[in-house]
Amino acid sequence: MQDKVTNILIVGVGGQGTLLTSRIIAKVAVQMGFDVKVSEIHGMAQRGGSVVSQVRYGKKVYSPIIKKGDADIILAFEKIEAARWLDYLKPDGMVIINNERVNPLPVMSGKEKYPDDIHEKITALLPKTTIIDATAIATRCGNVRAANVVLVGMLTAAVGIPAEEVEKAITGIVPAKALQVNLTAFREGLAAGA
Amino acid sequence: MKELMIGNAAIARGAYEAGATVATAYPGTPSTEIVSSFAEFPDVYAEWAPNEKVALEVGAGASIAGARTLVAMKHVGVNVAADPLYSFSYTGVNGGLVIVSADDPGLHSSQNEQDNRGYGRFAKMPVIEPSDSQEALDYTKLAFEISEQFDTMVMLRITMRLAHSQTMVETGAKQDVPMKEYKKNAAKYVMLPGFAKGRHVEVEKSLQQLQEYAETTPLNRIEMNDTGLGIITSGVPYQYVKEAFPHASILKLGLVNPLPQELIKSFAAQVDKLFVVEELEPVIEEQVKSWGIEVIGKDQLTLLGEYSTEYLQQQLGGQPMPPGFNLDKQVPARPPLLCAGCPHRGVFHVLRKMRLVVAGDIGCYTLGAIAPLEGMDTCICMGASIGTALGMEKARGPEFAAKTVAVIGDSTFVHSGITGLIDVVYNGGTSTVLILDNDTTAMTGHQDHPATGVTITKQPTNKLDIEALVKAIGVKNVRVVDPLKISELETALKEELARREPSVIICKRPCVLLPGTPKPNRKIYVDAEICNGCKSCIRVGCTGVTFQDEEKKAQINDGCIACGLCEQVCKFDAIKQTEV
Repeated sequence: MQDKVTNILIVGVGGQGTLLTSRIIAKVAVQMGFDVKVSEIHGMAQRGGSVVSQVRYGKKVYSPIIKKGDADIILAFEKIEAARWLDYLKPDGMVIINNERVNPLPVMSGKEKYPDDIHEKITALLPKTTIIDATAIATRCGNVRAANVVLVGMLTAAVGIPAEEVEKAITGIVPAKALQVNLTAFREGLAAGA
Repeated sequence: MKELMIGNAAIARGAYEAGATVATAYPGTPSTEIVSSFAEFPDVYAEWAPNEKVALEVGAGASIAGARTLVAMKHVGVNVAADPLYSFSYTGVNGGLVIVSADDPGLHSSQNEQDNRGYGRFAKMPVIEPSDSQEALDYTKLAFEISEQFDTMVMLRITMRLAHSQTMVETGAKQDVPMKEYKKNAAKYVMLPGFAKGRHVEVEKSLQQLQEYAETTPLNRIEMNDTGLGIITSGVPYQYVKEAFPHASILKLGLVNPLPQELIKSFAAQVDKLFVVEELEPVIEEQVKSWGIEVIGKDQLTLLGEYSTEYLQQQLGGQPMPPGFNLDKQVPARPPLLCAGCPHRGVFHVLRKMRLVVAGDIGCYTLGAIAPLEGMDTCICMGASIGTALGMEKARGPEFAAKTVAVIGDSTFVHSGITGLIDVVYNGGTSTVLILDNDTTAMTGHQDHPATGVTITKQPTNKLDIEALVKAIGVKNVRVVDPLKISELETALKEELARREPSVIICKRPCVLLPGTPKPNRKIYVDAEICNGCKSCIRVGCTGVTFQDEEKKAQINDGCIACGLCEQVCKFDAIKQTEV
């Protein structure tokens, strides 16, 4: 097993389902025999605020939080959230952005503008940036709420963990009646990331 | 087999394995999951107490009666429980008692960042601090042993970063711990001055023994490495130290009160340069300095917030922060906000419109203080709203009270608002109090409380009748309104504020996130022909309505749950509804 610790930062808006995604990835890392740490935000910030889950795995992990400039991947459930956490990314890190816009309060109230060109700005800095319309893919698979599993598929391709391990983890976490839709959504995300 | 567990679940597991049979708490981030996890184990008793003081008193009773007992609360909850804490530290225990204090450096979900290790010295009790979930489990078990061995409650001090981080845990078997015999012992458990005097002697004796125990306990350990740099640390900062300075020698303290003076002296003598790394207050540093040991701590490290690996590398290792990416773009902030359809939004819309002075309280509704609602003047602590409003009236007279309200949630009212209302009636105040009754403790994740009529294990129980309680206190003017019917609420407020008597308006509507809340049978939409872009609906700050910059019109989006607030706010009848 390699000594290197893999650092994944999952960011989004409270209520978007980032916690489920970090838990699936963490479960996979446990299945693979890694030491794993996950840091989550509970409480007030969950009420529509900016949220972050941090997953770290490797032979031995100390800190539960990722160092600035040390994330291998940022998975953003919302476009401007990717920008907010960009300082945590490694110089050669990768950004995966869900093409979803959720207006924060200052934009809703008209005090500030939503920066529509944020994806282009990030791509200019980081050519390895990918944007995906997870919501549209999930809807096509039969359930809009499976968008986070589409993103898990993208992430699986990006990190290079075995897809069957992830499917095993999803099977253990997702309720039986929603399983087929979720597995289809996962495979779509995986294909999009390949 | 190892599994991932948040620190809070690991503490519950540790207490269960140690044979604890009673657990009590009032919910508060970041401590909530400790007792809610414990409640899921078989053959145990767990409860939500009305507040932390009662929780600790129930815990003290269970301990005196002979059971191993777990009591959990957030850091500011310990202040509420401080009265029994300082006396129970004299009586000591029968069955072991562990009190968890979940501190919140960085104020992720709190009103201050007090460092509760300070309680250890002040209340003369041992304080134990784990660094990950495995230690949370193991140290909780050991804490029960220490509690019984030294006849004292033990504080397990954690922080949000331990409480809500998942790390690998190997669970163990549940120990069979027989209930301790109950024997009447007034000299130990009745804190009359004469008896307490004798107990103080015992407390000092056991502290002396704990001091000796601290020197040899496995809770404290030295990881000897390069002797050029030595670091004394504890809790989660230990993890940052391990990453920031992998070659340093470390004295990791699991028992942070009392400190092992000899162990620290011998560690200090072995290293050339010594740091103390502790978040918040210099609790360890000041004691180490008082023994004449030269150490670097808060002169280079902040008293504020959480630490991190990169912060330690910068402050102590002289390494610059990673430069980051220059996006040439500031992104708008995303503060937390009330959910679409939240009943509190109606209340704060009306309070702002009426330009009232609002003494606020703690719950989701504290978000009514921020833009665009901005409907709150003060928020001090749990239950403070009513006393604050009365104080304002007594300082400035009843005319001021005629434009002042206190706003408090149902769970917070039961926690510590009742006595404030008694004061209003007793001392001739004329306050108008709004009890926002959403039938749950919403902010911490929907815990039940005495006025929901359901226990922690979802068993039906007596439902505290807030309306009857308020009347029994002596408030004559009590009315119940729907907070999302804003003209009704406004009328109620005008009438009650005009009275030179205390009034209570119960704003009753369940939290929209509560399971079982019915789906609306209507749909709200904006008639684009009529909308003139005045933004009145936008100013209620709801995520269900967006302003379209290009068209200069409001639009209802998928987040809407048809609560109808924006429809009532629109002066031009541009917002309409259809049945679905």
